[in-house]
Amino acid sequence: MESVGSIIMYLVIALSIILFSVLTVTTRKILRSATFLLFTLFATAALYFKLDYEFLGAVQIAVYAGGIVVLFVFSIFLTSHPGHSDEKLVSKKRVLGMTASLATFAAVCYALLYRCGMAMTQLPAMENPKMNEIGKALMGTGEYQYLLPFEAISVLLLACIIGGVVVARKR
Amino acid sequence: MDITILYYLIPSLIMFCCGVYGFITRRNMIAMLISLELMLNSVDINFVVFNRYLYPENMEGMFFTLFAIAIAAAETALAIAIIINVFREVKNISVSDLSKMKH
Repeated sequence: MESVGSIIMYLVIALSIILFSVLTVTTRKILRSATFLLFTLFATAALYFKLDYEFLGAVQIAVYAGGIVVLFVFSIFLTSHPGHSDEKLVSKKRVLGMTASLATFAAVCYALLYRCGMAMTQLPAMENPKMNEIGKALMGTGEYQYLLPFEAISVLLLACIIGGVVVARKR
Repeated sequence: MDITILYYLIPSLIMFCCGVYGFITRRNMIAMLISLELMLNSVDINFVVFNRYLYPENMEGMFFTLFAIAIAAAETALAIAIIINVFREVKNISVSDLSKMKH
């Protein structure tokens, strides 16, 4: 049995995720779309905090909200007029998009409601993962430790930096 | 009322469907990239929720999400570099105007 405050918090987070993600894809001004994406990412970070993954919530805010959305806003300013709205959607495109997303929704809802035995699992008790454990798991080479992916990510980021500079520089 | 695993999967599913809808209907390349971010983010939520509810003693889902966030950041930076380069060549970033790959 959850406490009332926890249920209210869940409702706020879930409703804002749903509302802002719908607004992100339906608004016609591209800058507003980026702003609603920011709100969706914040709601996701709040969800991580609610599920006791505090480090993950902090990473989500720092990388997504602080890095990616800023990149989006700058590139929007560089490539289009901020007040300019997209032209109206062709109705064929809208029907296609609606069909694809509603079909996905129906299929996954059916699977979740009727074919998923663990759908009613209760929230088990858990200690917050400590920074000490997270750091050891990231830097270790044993079982359930992640040094190799960590190094792979660092090489990927280096390749991404070089690639970004090479692609975007003036010839 | 108990908040079961289903209560977290449904908002994440709706977020994913919004991403699919936006990816198909949008013409602007940056808007398509934003829809892609929505889809990636909903998958991250699923990893975390399954980790928290089914295997609370392990941290695999959390690390998957951490690495997925890092990869998403790298991918977005590179995609935006490409988009800005395309804008320099074509003066437009609508996908319907990108019929030529070579200039």
